[in-house]
Amino acid sequence: MIVLIIITLLAIFLSFIADKKKTIEALKRGSLMFLKLLPKMLNIIILISIILYFVSKEFLITNFGSNPGIFGYVMAAITGSITLIPGFIAYPICGYLIKNGVGYPIIAVFITTLMMVGIATIPIEKQYFGLKATILRNGLSLIGAFIVSLLIGLLWNII
Amino acid sequence: MEYHMNSYIKKNILNFIFVFLFALVVVISYYLDFKPIIQITEENFLDFISEMFSFLPLLFILIGLFDVWVPKEIVTKNFGNDSGIKGVILAILLAMVQAGPLYASFPVAYILWKKGGSIRNIYIYIGAFSSFKIPLLTFEISFLGFKFSMLRSIFSIPIFIIIGIIMEKLLKNNNFEVKDVR
Repeated sequence: MIVLIIITLLAIFLSFIADKKKTIEALKRGSLMFLKLLPKMLNIIILISIILYFVSKEFLITNFGSNPGIFGYVMAAITGSITLIPGFIAYPICGYLIKNGVGYPIIAVFITTLMMVGIATIPIEKQYFGLKATILRNGLSLIGAFIVSLLIGLLWNII
Repeated sequence: MEYHMNSYIKKNILNFIFVFLFALVVVISYYLDFKPIIQITEENFLDFISEMFSFLPLLFILIGLFDVWVPKEIVTKNFGNDSGIKGVILAILLAMVQAGPLYASFPVAYILWKKGGSIRNIYIYIGAFSSFKIPLLTFEISFLGFKFSMLRSIFSIPIFIIIGIIMEKLLKNNNFEVKDVR
């Protein structure tokens, strides 16, 4: 985070020395893009906040379980695909789940879908890439997430 | 380039109404001490908002500077259709040094597209961004262990490269374009 702030300030500073007009134009363009995204983003954040209220740690433990059947994996994939949880919240939750007996393969399904598939952000992705490309990317990512977690599950006890 | 306030409000009127309604519900919930909404606000909403506002403005400033300073020829040459393996490596490296949730990669993808990046490299960038960022990896290792993180990374890399190649095959002759949010 601090690195990003330093890089940004440095970039603005250097740009400003090189060309004042261009820098102002750059700041304008950047903030305009941000402003256009903001209202849509706010809505999605509100919706996700409400959904997450119903997805508690207890909910995850009962559904992922220590001996999950196919149902557990499907639940993990659905939860991971729909929700949008930042890494700094998701990883501690996963650490907690593992301590409570949830296996690594099911955590792998949850984490990979969480990172690669974004159902909640489809309205935003659609704005940038169009509906067709958005559905394709999310569909392929879902398949990819399953392959990754399958491989982790297969190799986990061997390595 | 000019963007008018009126059309901005018109286009987002439903979004604004929704945000306003949520704000209203939150205020009333605090007044009545209604626990679920207070919990939603304090434990989830504020977390997301602070995440969003902490890095998104910086990201968009950098995108603006990139837009103004980096000539199209450079991006096309290193990131475009004829960039080969160099473009793939660049896409992954660029994604690795970034931070933030998946949606933060979309505006970057837009600016790369605008400057001549190829479909394949843009989707490899998004894939690498989703699962291969260094800040995320360090966090993952500390909570889930090195073994898990290593296995996941090793298997993810070919997956998102393949996804990039498939996306290009499927979208290339289909009037695909990346647009800014209207």
